[in-house]
Amino acid sequence: MKLGILVTEGPYTHQASDTAYQFTKAALERGHEIFRVFFYNDGVNNGTRFAVPPQDDRNLQKLWSALAEKYQLDLVVCIAAAQRRGILDKDEAKRHGKDADNIAPGFRISGLGQLVEAGIVAERLVTFGD
Amino acid sequence: MADVKAPEVDSRVRKKFMYVNRKAPYGTIYALESLEVVLISAAFEQDVSVAFLDDGVYQLLKGQNTSGIGMKNFSPTYKALGDYEVKKLYVEKESLDERGLKPDDLMAITYEDEAEDDAVKPLVRLVNRSELTGLMAQQDVLLSF
Repeated sequence: MKLGILVTEGPYTHQASDTAYQFTKAALERGHEIFRVFFYNDGVNNGTRFAVPPQDDRNLQKLWSALAEKYQLDLVVCIAAAQRRGILDKDEAKRHGKDADNIAPGFRISGLGQLVEAGIVAERLVTFGD
Repeated sequence: MADVKAPEVDSRVRKKFMYVNRKAPYGTIYALESLEVVLISAAFEQDVSVAFLDDGVYQLLKGQNTSGIGMKNFSPTYKALGDYEVKKLYVEKESLDERGLKPDDLMAITYEDEAEDDAVKPLVRLVNRSELTGLMAQQDVLLSF
């Protein structure tokens, strides 16, 4: 089945990101297609490479990045939600005069249209939130 | 809104999208970020409806004034939904009743029907819980905020 995934809560604060990751990984391992994972609301915080959780805990960003690399997974962070919360790629950092970008490998920043497109194209859009 | 180009999608596909608003307009960002998705989705020519239930009914309350909390009052944007061709707004009656609210406590949200000589028509439809359940069951995509 072709699935779209939406993550709307932030990592570590809420289990939604962990469950979304486990679900996405399990679906891929069983041969399902993940059209896209879209991060919205505080979910965009999955996409910063500047998070440093304790070493004996899971690092969600690294887990997502590794999964993206293994399966050519499309991880999209909403631009409007990301800008509010300080998640920037190189172009956005430059555009807004910031001294660094923090988008993690395998993630890209794009518009909400990518979420709507996932809803149109995927057979099921599965939300992980509150 | 950022100037990101909308992706090309198969224009023959028309799905039923419902945005479900369940939270108060201020206090959390969900209502505002839900509205942002609704406005973007209008550009994709899908069958869009928006439902307000639980504390989400407060999003449509008349006379919102945020000057004391330092937040932007985004409630006027709901009145523009008709201009975005978002014409199916549902408010759950039980949610109003449970909060001591009446339909008159909500903003008038209307659109001008070009087919009928720009007659001004209301966009909000009051539905009861079981009707809303039925509407939800018909959707292809449900996004709850």
